[in-house]
Amino acid sequence: MSLELINLWYIVSAALFIFGLKQLGSPATAVRGNQLSAIAMFIAIVATLFSHEILEFQWIVASVAVGGLVGAFAAQRIAMTSMPEMVALFNGSGGLASLLVGWAALYMGTVQTEVAGLVMETAAVSTFTVITILLSILIGGVTFSGSIIAWGKLSEIMTSSAIVFGAQRIVNALILLALIACGVLFTMEPSLASPYLYAVVGLSLLFGIMAVIPIGGADMPVVISLLNSYSGLAACAAGFAINNNILIVAGSLVGAAGIILTNIMCKAMNRSLANVLFSGFGAVKTASKVEGEVKPINTEDAYLILEAASSVTFVPGYGMAVAQAQHVVRELGELLEENGADVTYAIHPVAGRMPGHMNVLLAEANVPYDQLVEMDEINPRIDNIDVAVVIGANDVVNPAAREDENSPIYGMPIINVDSAQTVFVLKRSMASGFSGVDNPLFFGENTRMLFGDAKESISSVIAEFKG
Amino acid sequence: MEAVFLAFVLMLSIFLGFELISKVPATLHTPLMSGANAISGITLVGAITSAGGGASDMATILGSLAVAFATINVIGGYMVTNRMLSMFKKKDSGDQAGGKS
Repeated sequence: MSLELINLWYIVSAALFIFGLKQLGSPATAVRGNQLSAIAMFIAIVATLFSHEILEFQWIVASVAVGGLVGAFAAQRIAMTSMPEMVALFNGSGGLASLLVGWAALYMGTVQTEVAGLVMETAAVSTFTVITILLSILIGGVTFSGSIIAWGKLSEIMTSSAIVFGAQRIVNALILLALIACGVLFTMEPSLASPYLYAVVGLSLLFGIMAVIPIGGADMPVVISLLNSYSGLAACAAGFAINNNILIVAGSLVGAAGIILTNIMCKAMNRSLANVLFSGFGAVKTASKVEGEVKPINTEDAYLILEAASSVTFVPGYGMAVAQAQHVVRELGELLEENGADVTYAIHPVAGRMPGHMNVLLAEANVPYDQLVEMDEINPRIDNIDVAVVIGANDVVNPAAREDENSPIYGMPIINVDSAQTVFVLKRSMASGFSGVDNPLFFGENTRMLFGDAKESISSVIAEFKG
Repeated sequence: MEAVFLAFVLMLSIFLGFELISKVPATLHTPLMSGANAISGITLVGAITSAGGGASDMATILGSLAVAFATINVIGGYMVTNRMLSMFKKKDSGDQAGGKS
């Protein structure tokens, strides 16, 4: 196929990507949207394979087979609760691929020059291309190592709290300066054996690690969205490096998507992106100490209150994922509905460890998506709710965000469960939440604490219902 | 000129991306992210050119590795997104397909 023909197919592919993304915007058409986008990808790949430039197929076939098997296996096996880790890993492999594509572009055309008796191989590419190659190595590298660290934090292989040390900003600034210096030196003389090239690769990876370690687990939704955006931008840079417009189109669509999500997540926490990236959560301020009496409740009493309730809303958080309680929650929700109650699930934008994490878990448990309501929708009518059941959520329902100016989470929009008639808080013990912030909700007049494992507590309430 | 043309494409696609995605409901944020993630595997197209171009051994090696990683991203991303999306159901749609716990 000639280059023109391939580019025509790329236009078809780009159009399908756009349609696909558009349809991903509504639950009713999302499955089709994803399939359209997959078809777009397939068209782009097949068109490329027909290019005159492709001379050898054996390595491509072998690599596609290996990568396809690994990807398919992982996608089939992963539990929905571990979805954030999986997305992080896929993201990382995309970033690494862009890094490698950029690097390989240096070898696509080379010239040999003799300088002072030494034969040197330099890349026969323009300065502009060298810069875009360096950019795709940089962004790809940061995406890769950053995603691996994010994966480590999410799967709790490493500590999920923020790792901060004194000279962190200075160290990061030095890495960045070194990156720029090595980049400039390499651009001036793009020799393939140049130590500066390897330095750029190494420093990019290091920079990705340094960028993600100071970010605490509660801020993970922001990081994941941002890395998602980077993986698109890396593909975009690789597109510039190899002069390929479908990479630029698809890459920048992803980049834009990631930035929008990042922005939504930041707004939901009332923090700027800079604040999330550069300061450990709750490191500076100390909130006023909350004191009061906690009122525990047992499952029988909880059942009696729920049985009498005519409207119930569940407020899930990351703890629901940890306890794997989504299925029993749905079961309880159905029983309450049969009992005549109006049941909703109120989901805070940053509940869980990635954007929309709770929605996916509840969908897995067969909760219809029209029962899932957003924060802005539930808050105006929350005082009419008879019972709000908080399951493994803490910071997103913490009234201190509204009232206590000294609280590290002050200003963050929350679901105002404390305004509901009665609040049940399902909690393992009285330990404070992820951000280490005290929660005055637990001491509220209308709050009842249901201590114990969320899944077991709900199961016993269900047993009361059935028994 | 080529670079200017590509920059033009870049500018338009970024604006288009913002327009397309700004209206996605919170329920679909995770599938949107993993679906977008799969699209970022488009770098596979570039990887194929390097792996099959036969320019040099190094290009083939780096390209082939890139093909493998990009394919993980593409296949894994689309499959996992599909698995997630097939679980989203409206009330009373009845079918229980998809999603194992």
